[in-house]
Amino acid sequence: MLPNILRTSAFRWIAAYLLLFLVAIAGVVGYIFWLTSEQLNRELSGIISAEVAGLREQFETGGLGNLDRAIAARSAAPGNSLYVLADSGGRRVAGNLSGLPADLMGKSSGGPFLYSRKTDLGEEMRHAVGVAIAVPGGLALVVGRDVEEQQTFAAAVRRAFLWGTAIVALAGLVGGLFASRALLRRVDTVTQASRSIMAGDLARRLPVSGAGDEFDRLSQGLNAMLERIEQLMVGLREVSDNIAHDLKTPLTRLRNRAETALTDPAGGADRQALERTIQEADGLIRTFNALLAIARLEAGQGSGSFVPLDLAEVAREAAELYEPVAEEAGFRVEVEIGAAPIVRGDRQLIGQAIGNLIDNAIKYGRPVGAKAPSIRLSVEADREARLIVADSGSGIPEADRERVLKRFVRLEASRSAPGSGLGLSLVAAVAHLHGGSIRLEDNRPGLRVVVALPLARAQNAQEHV
Amino acid sequence: MSAIAISNGPDQMRVLVIEDDRETQGFIARALKEQGHTPELAGDGETGLALAEAGSYDVLVVDRMLPRLDGLSAIERLRKGGNRTPVLILSALGDVDDRVKGLKAGGDDYLTKPYALSELMARIEALARRASPAESSTTYTVGDLVLDRLSHKVTRGGGAIPLQPREYRLLEYLMKHTGQVVTRTMLLENVWDYHFDPQTNVIDVHVSRLRAKIDKGFSEPLLHTIRGVGYMVRAGAA
Repeated sequence: MLPNILRTSAFRWIAAYLLLFLVAIAGVVGYIFWLTSEQLNRELSGIISAEVAGLREQFETGGLGNLDRAIAARSAAPGNSLYVLADSGGRRVAGNLSGLPADLMGKSSGGPFLYSRKTDLGEEMRHAVGVAIAVPGGLALVVGRDVEEQQTFAAAVRRAFLWGTAIVALAGLVGGLFASRALLRRVDTVTQASRSIMAGDLARRLPVSGAGDEFDRLSQGLNAMLERIEQLMVGLREVSDNIAHDLKTPLTRLRNRAETALTDPAGGADRQALERTIQEADGLIRTFNALLAIARLEAGQGSGSFVPLDLAEVAREAAELYEPVAEEAGFRVEVEIGAAPIVRGDRQLIGQAIGNLIDNAIKYGRPVGAKAPSIRLSVEADREARLIVADSGSGIPEADRERVLKRFVRLEASRSAPGSGLGLSLVAAVAHLHGGSIRLEDNRPGLRVVVALPLARAQNAQEHV
Repeated sequence: MSAIAISNGPDQMRVLVIEDDRETQGFIARALKEQGHTPELAGDGETGLALAEAGSYDVLVVDRMLPRLDGLSAIERLRKGGNRTPVLILSALGDVDDRVKGLKAGGDDYLTKPYALSELMARIEALARRASPAESSTTYTVGDLVLDRLSHKVTRGGGAIPLQPREYRLLEYLMKHTGQVVTRTMLLENVWDYHFDPQTNVIDVHVSRLRAKIDKGFSEPLLHTIRGVGYMVRAGAA
């Protein structure tokens, strides 16, 4: 768990932020510290210089005796000032220091030194700052100031800063761990859910906490995607079940037929059986091709070859091909071209769609009763181009209209008629590939299939003139 | 038709089949032999290209997916070398785009797998005929049926036969391939320029209407149905 948390991006961000924060604090505190001690040092050296100047004046006005007295007087006064006047042998002549501090000897600019002071508890070494000056007559004078308290204070400040930093860092890290753990836990629930979805539980969804935060938004987006995937999967399963059924049936027939022919002792049925076998195979190939074509269209393939087409012309040509066969079947064919809309599309695909619709009308659009069978193909246009094929048969009940667009769906009434159940699926796929739609309507009586296609841009421009 | 033996007219053709599937090769070769043609076989693109460049064939049958050198590249190279032998492409890819690619590469016809052998034979013969000079003549004559390609007039036994534009084009295509089997798919592709499965016997109905116009009332039928394959225009049927 812990290594996981340390590896989370949240933790890394927090750690990086913390580090930056600490560096900034160290910078500010360090600057203030430096500034303060600099100021103190300057004051110190100011005081020492003033003392030295005062003592020099005493010496110049009253000679050595005067200096001696002044040092003795000043040494007696309470305070932090330190003095010692020593002869050439290093022996103390006057002052409150016991002797010349070795640290200062030979340094003309002065500096820190240690000295011992007697207290109630004994002797203690204390920090001081001072300067040594040569006095005429082989004497040496040291003027200094005790800085032990200042040093103690500085050490306390340093300690306080280090502790403070450590506490901030610790609090930050602990906070970071907690925040990361909370985030990690949410990510883990999502990961777990997605694992079980991957394992096949397609109905499972990612948890949404209801807080409306970024995790919820992400989960909602992914859930919508999962919804769509599930739909597609269900569709796919349906299709493969249907394919299995609709291809296995003719395959079984084909096999049985060959088997029967083989076992026929007379052998006379061979030829006929072979011919039927070929027919069956052709039917299978046809179904297979239609399936492939629909799959390709649904995958969006083929739209690369789209060109502007006159829909009226495409409809006229397709009708011309199918008219004789419809008439042969006893249908009256009316072609009603009300407009010549330009659509972007593929002539083959639209032609095939029209062909499928007319073929459907011939197969299933025969009216009940004595009414003369008729098929009407019309082209209309306003905001969209519409291709309509209507028959006067028994139509499709409203409840089934959505369903018949699916692959292999054939209504009970038409089960006995020849056909693959792929015709309308292909028309729907063609319509969708062209950015259009398909609607099944009631022709009172009969079925009216409306394929709506978007107009090509050139046509739009013309309309606005 | 020249009587010199090396010139193979459409009656006896040399056909190079470039196809990697042995069994398919065998089927095609056998069918070609049955029609009196001479098949030669190549199992990969490179061998096929070398043979095609070296020998003189009437038609090349080229599978699109071949080992060593794919079919389309082989055709492209052949065309770059100036060889204009008609090529029929066999392919499992049947999209409009695939077809266009095949024809762009230099193919003359495109047949999608799975196909009927009779369809393949009819197309091979049609391709061989396309390369022959008969194409350019201005009138087609079969028996007493005459089609004038300039005036678009059709007469039989001297009497004019009025035809719809589409019927005219249907007859023109059939007569251009006089003596050859023309399949329904070939008619759909060449007369209507449609490359999809029409679901029903649309072509049959068109042909029977045409037949009613040109054969009705005449003792000798010229437009024959070849069972299981297609149609043929021919005079003096054996």
